[in-house]
Amino acid sequence: MEPSLASYLALSGILFAIGATGVIFKRNAIGMFMCIELMLNAVNLTFVAFSRYYSDVTGQLFVFMVMSVAAAEAAVGLGIIIAFFRNRVSVDVDDASILKN
Amino acid sequence: MAGTVLFFVFAGFAIACALSTVYHRNPLYSAVSLIGVFISLSCIYVTLAAPFIAAVQILIYAGAIMVLVIFVIMLLNLDEEKPYRRLNYLYALGGFLGIVLLAQTFFVFVAVNKTPKHTVAQDETVGKTLSIGANMYTEYLLPVEIVGVLLLMAIIGGVILVRRLNQPELELVVHNESEKRHFEQ
Repeated sequence: MEPSLASYLALSGILFAIGATGVIFKRNAIGMFMCIELMLNAVNLTFVAFSRYYSDVTGQLFVFMVMSVAAAEAAVGLGIIIAFFRNRVSVDVDDASILKN
Repeated sequence: MAGTVLFFVFAGFAIACALSTVYHRNPLYSAVSLIGVFISLSCIYVTLAAPFIAAVQILIYAGAIMVLVIFVIMLLNLDEEKPYRRLNYLYALGGFLGIVLLAQTFFVFVAVNKTPKHTVAQDETVGKTLSIGANMYTEYLLPVEIVGVLLLMAIIGGVILVRRLNQPELELVVHNESEKRHFEQ
């Protein structure tokens, strides 16, 4: 007996909720970045669960696309964090509000 | 039966690691917890008969992306986050968002459980590397090409963002920073 589709969706939803809450709670840019990765993984789990349920390979292909986008995001996002750290000597997102004044 | 037990073990581990990712203030602890989430999700993919995705999950996420993140944490020599935050209403907003998303998850769970069982003939080739590769280079060729261009853009963008400053620019940055610190004291 396999767990039902609903339990996979529930796990995915819980992980997504934790990730979304973390993005708001964290003030560290790298911490926010890791929470975004967590949300992307939660969505990937939904894709794979539906792919299994409907016996269709499309879902798994899109997981592959999402992973590529996550890798590109990691490269550019961490580049931005390093550039920001060079200018401000901090990765705190509260220090990035210079445009506000 | 074994599938259900494995699912609940790995699901519990994934949720515990995810909570620990958000809870820890030290980014390195968060990163290690996040690797736990990736590995348990990879095990869940194996129980979902997706061995290729499980292997790629370990290779790309736990292997490449997290190494990059930990490398940056080490490079920047980050301290723990300070507990003080100016925008306190964000905690309330975050808690509210989390509760709304969890409620939505609960409704999805109930609704999907209520729908009549929809049985599809299980095709055992789905999820094997052969079927993924065959589809990737026939039906989904255009998205794969677009992803290739996207990765190239990411490489160029990353190199340009973190390139070394030339000497006058570097002196300007150092000068500004020392003046700022002097001013703060």
